[in-house]
Amino acid sequence: MTGLLLEQAAMLPVALPLLTAALTALLWSWPRAQRAVSLMGLVLTAAAGVSLLLRVLDTGIQVIEFGGWAPPFGISFAADRLSAVLVLISGVLGVAVGLYGLVSVGDRQARAGYYVLLHGLLAAVNGAFLTGDLFNLYVWFEIMLITAMGLLALNRTRAQIDGTIRYAVLNLLSTLLFLLAVALVYGVTGSLNMADIAASLTGAETPPVMVLAAALLFAAFGIKAGYFPLFFWLPASYHTASIAVSALFAGLLTKVGVYACFRVFTLLFDVSFGGVRELAVLLAAATMVFGVFGAAVQWDVRRILSFHIVSQIGYMLLGLALATPLAMAAAVFYIVHHIIVKANLFLVAGAMQRASGTFDLRRSGGLARQSPLLALLFLIPAMSLAGIPPLSGFWAKFTIIDASFRAEAGWLAALGLFVGLMTLYSMSKIWIHAFWKPARIDRTAPRRVPVPMVAAILGLGLITVVIGLQPDPLYRFALDAAAELADRGGYIEAVLGFVPLLQEAQ
Amino acid sequence: MSLIYAAAVAAAFGCGVYLLLSRHLMRMTFGIMLISAAVNLVIFLAGRLESQQPPVISAGETELQQAAANPLPQALVLTAIVIGFSLVAFLASLALRAYRDTGAASTRQLTQAEDLGSPEEQPGRGS
Repeated sequence: MTGLLLEQAAMLPVALPLLTAALTALLWSWPRAQRAVSLMGLVLTAAAGVSLLLRVLDTGIQVIEFGGWAPPFGISFAADRLSAVLVLISGVLGVAVGLYGLVSVGDRQARAGYYVLLHGLLAAVNGAFLTGDLFNLYVWFEIMLITAMGLLALNRTRAQIDGTIRYAVLNLLSTLLFLLAVALVYGVTGSLNMADIAASLTGAETPPVMVLAAALLFAAFGIKAGYFPLFFWLPASYHTASIAVSALFAGLLTKVGVYACFRVFTLLFDVSFGGVRELAVLLAAATMVFGVFGAAVQWDVRRILSFHIVSQIGYMLLGLALATPLAMAAAVFYIVHHIIVKANLFLVAGAMQRASGTFDLRRSGGLARQSPLLALLFLIPAMSLAGIPPLSGFWAKFTIIDASFRAEAGWLAALGLFVGLMTLYSMSKIWIHAFWKPARIDRTAPRRVPVPMVAAILGLGLITVVIGLQPDPLYRFALDAAAELADRGGYIEAVLGFVPLLQEAQ
Repeated sequence: MSLIYAAAVAAAFGCGVYLLLSRHLMRMTFGIMLISAAVNLVIFLAGRLESQQPPVISAGETELQQAAANPLPQALVLTAIVIGFSLVAFLASLALRAYRDTGAASTRQLTQAEDLGSPEEQPGRGS
């Protein structure tokens, strides 16, 4: 039994959340029971992530063929290092959000289907990380979209309905562009299995229609990830959701787009194919700059943080655009660091709202005196986001800027440093207005932040500090993951069982 | 045949994009529906249109006839239709809700999300 479970390790991170979603749906009218089942499911999903990562480290890429159909015909899951670490991090994030949600998610939201949608979202995110089939990836994207829309509109306030409409229309367009690209790729290669497509594209003359497919995929994932001219839906919607949902979205959803971009432009296409690389360099630069300037003028903590998601996505895209092994490794490191830190900042924003009563910086204040612990918990992810040593963000920024210098793209490195400085500006703005400034109203009995909230924030903060003090294991892992991404033949062999004869001249 | 088909798809896609660029929520929903239909037609085209034979293995035979139509695009389109239908239904209900709440179906009047913490807002107003 345990042997079978271990062999199917790549399936559990999807199966467990689906099962939990079904159970919580059965318990619809009992919010308490839903809460217990949900927390258990989240812990189990994180444990499945750990076991999958250990197994990938131990025996290499894990492949599952569903229904016993051999890969080019059936749907297969394939977990390499990048997939496994992302599944693990989303599991960890799930536990933190679940813990936080014990106090921030009310019975009313539970009765509106919060837990069912939450686990559906996690299943879809993990499915997107693990699948080895292009059409299956589309299906996971759609599940992610519909659950995310449900979570966004959970409270049905006017702002949420407005935000959800903005989110829905652009993301629907993105998935349709993706589907169009899938159709074109299928028309050329006659296959939907990514390894099989890669094998049939390797070495052969690529038909011109594939340039269109590559461009469509880049645009579709670009909308999902929030690249420069396509990111406007993100800061228009993320801040309207309830805070546990915002944190989950901030950590995971855009990163699925980034992951899909990495997968497709290392496995199916070379990133230099069809001019994607030149475009990616410019978009990465613009994404960093516009995100950070957008944040500078905002007053709502959540909107500031939403714009910073966009700006940070630029650094990850930069890694893909430079495409050296070092830059890819830096991007992998960056993604892991960013998921933890960004989600944590949103959780802190929720705690700040608990303590001060508002998200608007102009109306809050006095938090440093009122709860010094919260101030410390804010400082950890905020300084990490800005890239202050010795926190994880410093190493993430250091490696990506180092890689830009080595790739002789000095202007990108300079831009990266400048954007880091602007990030520090936004973080100090939050610090000054919410923490330092005297409170507008003197409360005799200060509002307290509940313990589960503090525990979740503290846990994620600890991970940031540990990565910051011991970056070496994660950095080595990122180097291995980047090498695995570059080794197209290895992935194809793991899935299909043979190496394509014609190796591309690199 | 394929060329006419492709032109029809292009027309549907173009109309969809035109509607999507409108500010009216229902028009945007219709735009999404048209684009979705156009993409589904492209999947059919990608699976080649020549054959009219149903992809059924008749009794006594062990494999599909050479001339049979490709069943995979049909399965893909079926999946895409189901997914597209549910998403459009959700979008329509969102539009309805927005209209009931605010009395407006134009994105120009729907600014509640953008207003939160906007730099233009005066700090003294509201609570």
